[in-house]
Order: sequence, then structure tokens, then C-alpha cells
Amino acid sequence: MTKEINDLNLPDDVRYTEDHEWAKQEADGIKVGITDYAQDQLGDIVFVELPEAGDTFDKGEQFGTLESVKAVSEMFMPISGEVVSVNEALADTPELVNSEPYGGGWMIVFKPSDAGAIDALMDKAAYMDTLKGLE
Amino acid sequence: MKEPVGTTGLIFNEPLLWERGAKGRSGFSLPPRDVASSHVADDLRGDGPDFPDLSELDVVRHFTRLSQWNFGVDSGMYPLGSCTMKYNPKTNERQAGLPGLAVSHPLLPQELSQGALKMMFDLQHYLAEITGLPAVTLQPAAGSQGELTGMMVINAYLQSKGEKRSKVLIPDTAHGTNPASATLCGLKSVAVKSNEQGILSTEKIAELMDEDTAGLMVTNPNTLGLFEEDIQKVTEIVHAKGGLVYGDGANMNAIMGIVDIQKLGVDVLHLNLHKTFSTPHGGGGPGSGPICVTEALEPFLPVPRVIEKDGKYLLSEDFPQSVGKLHAFYGNFGILVRAYSYILTMGADLHKASQYAVLNANYIKESLKDVYHLAYDRPCMHECVFNDKLQAAHKVTTLDIAKRLMEYGFHPPTIYFPLVVQGAIMVEPTETESKETIDAFIDTMRTIAQEARENPEQFHEAPQTTKVKRLDETAAARNPCLTG
Amino acid sequence: MMRYLPHTSDDIAAMLQKVGVDNVDALFTSIPESCRRDAPLDLPAPLSEWELNAHMSELAADMAVAPQYKVFLGAGSYDHYIPEAIKHLLMRSEVFTAYTPYQPEISQGTLQTIYEYQTLITRLLGMEVANASMYDGASGLAEALLMAIRVTRRKKVAVSTAIHPLYRRVVATYLAPTGYEVVEIPYKADGRSDLTALGNLEEFAGVALQSPNFFGCLEDLKAADELIHADKKTMMVVCFSEPLAYGLYKSPGSFNADIACGEGQSLGIPRAFGGPGLGVFAAKKKYVRSMPGRLIGQSVDKDGKRGFVLTLATREQHIRRESATSNICSNQGLCATSATMYMAILGGTGFRELAALNHDKAEYLKAELQAAGLKIAFDTPTFNEFVVQFPAGSQATYQQLLDNNFVAGLPLEPYYPELADHYLYCVTETSSKADMDALVKEIKS
Repeated sequence: MTKEINDLNLPDDVRYTEDHEWAKQEADGIKVGITDYAQDQLGDIVFVELPEAGDTFDKGEQFGTLESVKAVSEMFMPISGEVVSVNEALADTPELVNSEPYGGGWMIVFKPSDAGAIDALMDKAAYMDTLKGLE
Repeated sequence: MKEPVGTTGLIFNEPLLWERGAKGRSGFSLPPRDVASSHVADDLRGDGPDFPDLSELDVVRHFTRLSQWNFGVDSGMYPLGSCTMKYNPKTNERQAGLPGLAVSHPLLPQELSQGALKMMFDLQHYLAEITGLPAVTLQPAAGSQGELTGMMVINAYLQSKGEKRSKVLIPDTAHGTNPASATLCGLKSVAVKSNEQGILSTEKIAELMDEDTAGLMVTNPNTLGLFEEDIQKVTEIVHAKGGLVYGDGANMNAIMGIVDIQKLGVDVLHLNLHKTFSTPHGGGGPGSGPICVTEALEPFLPVPRVIEKDGKYLLSEDFPQSVGKLHAFYGNFGILVRAYSYILTMGADLHKASQYAVLNANYIKESLKDVYHLAYDRPCMHECVFNDKLQAAHKVTTLDIAKRLMEYGFHPPTIYFPLVVQGAIMVEPTETESKETIDAFIDTMRTIAQEARENPEQFHEAPQTTKVKRLDETAAARNPCLTG
Repeated sequence: MMRYLPHTSDDIAAMLQKVGVDNVDALFTSIPESCRRDAPLDLPAPLSEWELNAHMSELAADMAVAPQYKVFLGAGSYDHYIPEAIKHLLMRSEVFTAYTPYQPEISQGTLQTIYEYQTLITRLLGMEVANASMYDGASGLAEALLMAIRVTRRKKVAVSTAIHPLYRRVVATYLAPTGYEVVEIPYKADGRSDLTALGNLEEFAGVALQSPNFFGCLEDLKAADELIHADKKTMMVVCFSEPLAYGLYKSPGSFNADIACGEGQSLGIPRAFGGPGLGVFAAKKKYVRSMPGRLIGQSVDKDGKRGFVLTLATREQHIRRESATSNICSNQGLCATSATMYMAILGGTGFRELAALNHDKAEYLKAELQAAGLKIAFDTPTFNEFVVQFPAGSQATYQQLLDNNFVAGLPLEPYYPELADHYLYCVTETSSKADMDALVKEIKS
């Protein structure tokens, strides 16, 4: 059974996308992961496929996939950019995506082609509205 | 409710093969050695495989015990939607085991394999008669290879007209094999949403069909168990844009002797001999997926083709426009023998199989629709699709219902397919189940619906009486252990 | 009454009443009149079991099989003795009449068997993972090359002409619609592939060899490993049609093959005029997520008890649809079950002994044919098949042998126009010395 919206963990210090990803400005670039809502919907993640550092993607382009036992879901770039690093730990411990979606379960860090573009992503309130619209 | 067939019994434990046995034991008798041994260079010689050494009785007990952990059609009703789990007649096994058919070599000179070739030629003819499509190949080894062959034939036909198209339309109710086969053919799948009635709408097809689209892959009756009522208008639209229509015949068991596939406007249809024509599934295969095509597509069928000339049967390669070969030899011949045997046994009564398959499904639909939500409350064909909407309030899911059914001695229906119905429970009884068995299934399903209201907790622990309980599929996928 | 249709007229009446229609035809009102057949099915009257037996026996009698015929044919379909125990075990209804094991709690028999199959196949081939089967050796090879294309993202593959010619035709058919290029590697005078003809390796997703190859010759897989793996991406695909050879010779895995695939009919499956056979498919573990076909994995149930499940299913068509690693759904499950039983009943010891016997019998016939003045076409070690060169105009001899109930090998000219008067012979444990002596005697006359 999935979580109610009010039970979801949605931090204030990250931005959100309609694809249920989060993005956060860090020193070496923008860090991306999936939201608590997304991991809850997907269920137990068993495998994460990530790009390599140095790969570049346009906004909206698929950069990786998440697999649960019986579903596959794609991850899309929130902003165009070049991948700086990927979360190697997920190869052996994909369950981090479920247990710490905003911490150890992060996906990639990338250098955006447009530094200001992150501000155009949704804040927590806007994302909450999106989720309510899905109900 | 009467006493259920499901019960507990003496179920043996049995280790893995290599957890038993002793070096030097053997269950095999070699023929007498009547030639000298011969030298093999050391750098070529290997150690041979590390197989356990077992006695014949070790092996017999091992697989007998393992078989007892399985559920088959011969164990009980197996209403697995979309899979047509009808009775697999025993006489078919006798016929396929006849030495002349079972041990004959595929590359025998043709004059020495007339029996097999005649059987194939006649089977082609019967399948053409049953579908209404005049030309048949028996080569595809399963339904999905039939799909692939069919799409290759469509590609080749378009190519012969100097065209190369890049897309194909596939309804959202389709089996996953359809888009996967299209990809192998270099075609991009374009999903078509079905309408509120659960069938294709002519408007939607007209909107999506264009001159870069090779055609439409359609399952009819569709996976919701509904006949595509507008199929002729749909296929006209596809043909008008120069496309062709591929029919997935997985559900042929609903319409044998009733529908003329050619009249639907379908250009290629595959059949699953392991569904409609009673050949056993064997725990996953082998199947057989012949395709039947219109006269216009005949030149593109795979080679070799079985033909008749002056009373002799020949394997002909003389079809220059053929797509080529899909199987090393002629397909799953042994399965063809079984289907042929079934067709001769049913003979002109074959249409009754479809009539009763549809009767049984409608009977179940009417008998359960007050306790299980029907996704589309319309007259169904050979299967009907419920879901767990009425049970959701008690936090009982489709999966729980399926697991509970096992304890009552039934194989669960197909669950969570088709994807367009959330929590789908897809029931296909087939024509070979008697009214008593079907009534017992209905009683059980009603009992389960009542239990879901009154005692939902017990569902999460089901099944209890099986060899193993629910398995940890997440752990299996996170750290795959694929060999021992 | 038809014995597969149990309804009585009372049953039908009661059921129709529940549905709320008057007759069976009324169930089909959703089918427009214009979609219906003009006439009832024009099929023969139903046959009783007695009549069917007579008819089928007549068809079966019109086939050339032992003991009336001595058939020295292999070429991807082999005559090996199948123990009675296997035939009986396979008829266990619970195995035979089950579907794909989607419900693991009531499919543990199938699941454990296939897990054992995967394990024994990896041990036989010296590989790390094996799938639950493909249709046959030919489509398995095609799928192996498509997998190499997926893994390497290259668009060209190389295939030896010493691979079974019918497998190569299937490869060509599978790869044609997507436009991938297949380059053929020629064979040399010794019957082995000429890898020096490969050219720029970096272009190739994979290079496929068969060993023992179609001519029965063992390829030099050690040299192939060095050459192919000189490019670290190019995949080495080793295929086979006679896996019994690995009871005697080194396995594909011991030469570092990335994918090993082929036909498993030899492993306890009757020839049945070419099918159903068994597509065996194995690879290195690092490629498991790119593999086609089903996989069974070990797990535990709620009580911690060992059990088996379908796993890594996200690669497959029912989940990944157009992006799946293959469109395969039904496989050759029952044939994989036969193979498991066969490998178990032979055991490691029996498998090695049987392989040695096949080799030795073939060597005996080879020597006898040479003594009779015929030429063995390729001077390379073989397993249970080899190519014999007859003097020009050999068709008459071949026909004469046929007339005397000997199917003396496979004429190679239809497959290799340059090999007129060459015949591919096969000898297994089922060919007795007396049969071979009779064949040689007949050839001499």
C-alpha cells in the first residue's frame, strides 16, 4: 500500500520536476535523485542504470533507468548538462533509493549548461499541488 | 460450498541435483564398446562437465518429487487468461511419439520423408480452412516468432512496392510481444488507446495512420476478451493508407468456425498451437506459431515451403521474395503432429470448442459480476476481465486473491494483465472444463469475496498449503543467484 | 458426444439461462454478420482414437528410420539413445501440462528444474550464466549476435562460413530488417575459419565461430580468443550443434567466450524431423542484463525456506515491451527439462564416457573409409562428424546406398557449391561396428 501525500518526505531545500525527480545545487554541480513519492510508487528498487561521467544530455533526455521487480522507469534530465559524477554505491545497494531518496540514494551530479535554470523548477508547494492533481 | 479440492498432502523435500549422488554412480547404460579407443591431443582434451553422478532411481525420484510441486492442467482448472489452458489430449502424445515421426532426421532425402511432409501439407491446408487465410507457414517456433515472421512478411511486401515504413500501430491492450517483435523488425511502436468500450475506435486509427506507418497489430478478440466490433472499418483505414494488418491469433479459441479472418481485413494472422490446438505448454514451451496470410503475401513466407507435385510432397526453396528462414529446420515439428492429431479428432466439430469456450466465460462473468468488479460489463468472448476494486476497501488485492485461490485447489487467473485494467483478474475457463468444475470455481471465488469482507487478514499469509510460501522476489533480483 | 467437450444439453441449457440468452449463437452477437464465415468448417468428420491411430501409423510408416535404415546423418540433429526413465518422467502431467511458472508457489517443480538446467549448462559450457532456453541453435545464434550489437553499440558482426549454413540463414533473416551487416569469414583448407580475413576489429560487435564446426572440425579457439579480444569490446560468440563434444574437448568458456550458444537436441531430445529442439544460451555474468530469455533465480520464502522464482524479468517483453532484450516469450521449457534429466542421468562420468565413445566410433569409420580409398577432406581433429570426399560422379554411389537403405551422410554441394562429391558423415553411440562395416562394404562394392 502506498503512502498518503501528507506522509511523504518532501524537503524544502530541493527543487522538483514533473517526472518526480529532485534537483539540488551543490558545490560541484546539481545533484539529482528521485522523490519519496517516486520511490514509494515504484516499490523496491532492484537495479539502477546510470550514465558515465562526461556524458552530456539535453533537458528532458533520458539519462538512466530504475528497475523494480516488475517495472522499469526512466529518469530524465531536469536541465541540460554534463554529468560530473554518478552514485557508484547504487550498483551494489540499490535499496538506498528506497531508504534515503534524498541522501545515499542520489543518482548523478551534473554541470548545467545554464546555471540559472534550476530556479525554473518547482518548489515544494508547487510539487505538492502536482501530486494532489494526480489523485 | 462443497469440500474444496485443495488440501494438504504428503509433499516431499528434495535437494538440488548436485546436493546428492556419489562419484562413479551412473543411471545410463552405454552400448557395448565395439571399437578401440582413439587418441585425443592433450591440448584439446577438457575435464568434462562437473555433473553429479546419480543412479537411475535417484533421478527418477528427484524429478517425480519435483513434479509434485507443480500445478498442471491435469491437476485442476487452470483459468489463466490469454493462455487457453485447455486439456492436452493423451492420444496426441502417442502420435508424436511414433518412431517414424519422433526419430526421423530433418535432412533425410525428401523421398524418404513423405509421411512428415504430407502431414505438414495437410496441416497447412486445415489451418487455412480454419482461419480463412489461404497460405500458411508452420515454421515459427512460438507465437512471438510468428509475430516476428508476420511483421517481416509485411515489411517485405512493402519493400517489394518500393516502400520502407518506420512505424506500426499497437493498441494499449496488446501483449508485450507485439511491440518487442515490431522493434526486431525495425519498426517503432505507436500506442493506440482503446475507447471507453474497451475496443479500438475508428477515429483514433484514422488520426494515427499515415503513409510512414506499416500497419496495425491487432488482437481480436482483444485481451479484454472483447470482439473488436469496428474491425472492418479499422482495417479499411489502414489499407487505404497502404498499410497492412497483422492479427495476433492468441485468442483464436473464441472464434473458430465462426469468424472469417480474411473478411476482417487481417492480412497476416499467427496461431498458437499450444493454446488453441491443445498442445501442452510443458512449463514454458515448446510452442508453435504458424502464420496464415492472404494470397498477396504468400510469396514472402519463409522457406522451405511444403508443396505437392504429382502426388509427391516436396520442400521448395523456390520463392525468391521469401523473407528467409526463422528456424534451422521446419519449426517445432513434434508440436505440429500434436495439433494435427487434435484437429483430426475434433474434425468438423471444432467450432463447438469455440462455442463452449465462450459460453463458459460468459457463465462465469454473469455468476461473479456482483462480487467482483467487471472492467467492461459487456458480452465477452472466451475470457472475462474482473479487478479488485470491490476488495480494495478491505485492503485485499488481486495478488492476495490469486494466492488464496491456490489453497482452494485452483490455478489463479492471469493477474495484472491487460495493463489497461488496474488490478486485472483475467479468467479464461476454456471449453474442456465441465459445469461442475466451473461451478466449483465460481463457488470458491464467491467464498473468497466473502472472506475478503469478513476476514481480510488471512489473505496476506496465503498460500499456506503449498511447497513454499510467498517468495522474496526483491532479494532474488537485487542479488541474482542464477546457478548453484 | 465428443470426449474433450464435457457439456450435456442440460448443462448448456442451465448455463445459457444464467447468461440470459436463448441459444449459443446469441453469445456471438458482438460479431458483425459481415465478419462471419459463409460456410461451416470444411474439415473431415471427427476420427475416433482407433481411426486416428491407424492414420498416424500409416504416415509414420512413410519415413526412413532405424532399424530399417542406417542413417549416418548429423548436421545439427543427432541420434543419441534416450533412456526410458526420461521418457516416463517427461510424461509427468504436472510438468507437461503446466504453463510458464508465473505463480512460484505452485510451480516449484518447473522452477527448480530450470535452475538446475541453468547450472548444468554453465558447467557444461564453462560459462557463468545460462538462460532458460531459446527456440533452437539457429535463432539462439541470431539472438547472441543481436545481444553483442546491444552491448557494444556496434552495427556489424562477423560469422564464419564453417557455421551451420542453415543457422547462418536464420541469422541473415533476423538481422536483415534492422539493417545490421553480417560479414562472412571464409574457411581454410584444413576446414577451420580463417580469422586473418577479419580486418578492422573495432567495427565488429561480435565474431561468431562454431566448434566443432559444421564440418565437424574443432576450431582453434585459443587463437580466436587472442585475436578477437585484441579489441576489448568485440565479443567472442562460440556456437555449437553438438554439445556432447564438451564431454571430451575443452568448453567454450575455457577459451574465454563471451557468449556460448547452440543446439541442445543432443541432450535427450528426439530428432522429431528437426524440432522441437533446444536453444542453449550462456554468457559471462557481466552481460546478464543484456541477455534474452527467461532466467530463474534462487530466493527464500516467508519462512526462510529455499525456493525459486522468475527473475530479472525487467529485460523481457511483458515488462519492457519495445525496449526488451528479445521478443521471446514461450521458450523450449520441456526440452530444457529433458536436457536436465539427461545430464543428470548420465552424470559427469557417463557424459565423458559417452563423448569418448562417439569420438572413437567416428574415428573408426573415418579410418575404415580411408582404408577403402576415400579421402577425409579436412586434416583437423573432429568429434563425431567429418567430411568425406568421394571421387567425381558420386551421386550414383549415394543413390545406390540409399537403395540399399543406407543414408550415407549429407551431400554438401547444395550448401557449399565448391564441395561437390563431399559428404558430411556422423557416427554416434547408436551406430554399431557391424553397421559401419556394412556401410563400408557397400561403398566398396
